[in-house]
Amino acid sequence: MHSTDHLGPRIIMSIFDGKIMITETVFFALIVAAAMIVFALISTRKLERDPKGIQLIAEIIVDLIYKMTASIIPKKNVEGYAPYIGTLFIFCMLANATGLLGFRPVTSDVNTAFALSIVTFFVIQGSSIYSHGFLGWIKHYGDPYPFMAPIMIIKDISLPISLAFRLFGNITGGMIIMAFLFKALHSATDGLGITIPFLHYMIPLPANLFFDVFEPVLQSFIFTTLTMAFVSMQLAVHEDH
Amino acid sequence: MNFPLVTSEGFILGMSALAAALVMGVALAIGIGQGLIGMKAVEGVSRQPEAKSDILQTMVVGQAVTETTGIFAFIIAIVLVLANPLIGMLG
Repeated sequence: MHSTDHLGPRIIMSIFDGKIMITETVFFALIVAAAMIVFALISTRKLERDPKGIQLIAEIIVDLIYKMTASIIPKKNVEGYAPYIGTLFIFCMLANATGLLGFRPVTSDVNTAFALSIVTFFVIQGSSIYSHGFLGWIKHYGDPYPFMAPIMIIKDISLPISLAFRLFGNITGGMIIMAFLFKALHSATDGLGITIPFLHYMIPLPANLFFDVFEPVLQSFIFTTLTMAFVSMQLAVHEDH
Repeated sequence: MNFPLVTSEGFILGMSALAAALVMGVALAIGIGQGLIGMKAVEGVSRQPEAKSDILQTMVVGQAVTETTGIFAFIIAIVLVLANPLIGMLG
């Protein structure tokens, strides 16, 4: 299990005298990405008109993602944004849930959370440029009054920071609570002086269910919903003018 | 009795633990805030049961935004307890 003595993720491989290193979270992020690619390749290998088996599962997932995207983003932009939103949602959910296998959750590394939120930041700014045009994008920083530009810039920059820390904080909090729970059960076993682990199977189960199943789905849903809300805000401004 | 009674590291660590406990006091405010959001959502659902899924979605997102303050406080608390930067400032 995760230990509480060392806060950051463990380094499992390093090259060039430790200048370039691969931590366990990077490793599991790559595994999650590879699993998603393999699933996508297998499920679309033999496409049939009447879907069955793995193709049916893939179609259900895609359908749900398109419906979820269409509920917030304007109808004419759904086609463009649904792939990004879906990838973000599935990657985020699987990455949060690696704690279920006994590893450190991928998003409990602040670098992963910031990577996801910075990509979202660029998508939001990109859609702003796409809908206003480049000059309009610069102009909207001085929208009501030019002296409010610093406040608008701070508003834009604080968005990825709060997104990243929300994801990171929630998942890390769950991980630390799970680590303390296992530590407490270990101490209870040692204190009783028995060789069989004391209730290691039953007590962590509800906590696992909450922190490794419910919380990942909820957090990835919130991450994608906020992304979609900010993107549609940028797109909707265009329609008013 | 040898002076000082408490070493500088010990004083900083103790005060950091106290600060971490105090900063997590925002959990109280978050609980109240999320409870208020949940209350209003229940009222909305009972008034308009057909809009349940929309209300639920808005409620969850609103609660997540409310929670952000607590998450910042939590990050400050874990930094104070597990990766204290103040010890390094002793020089």
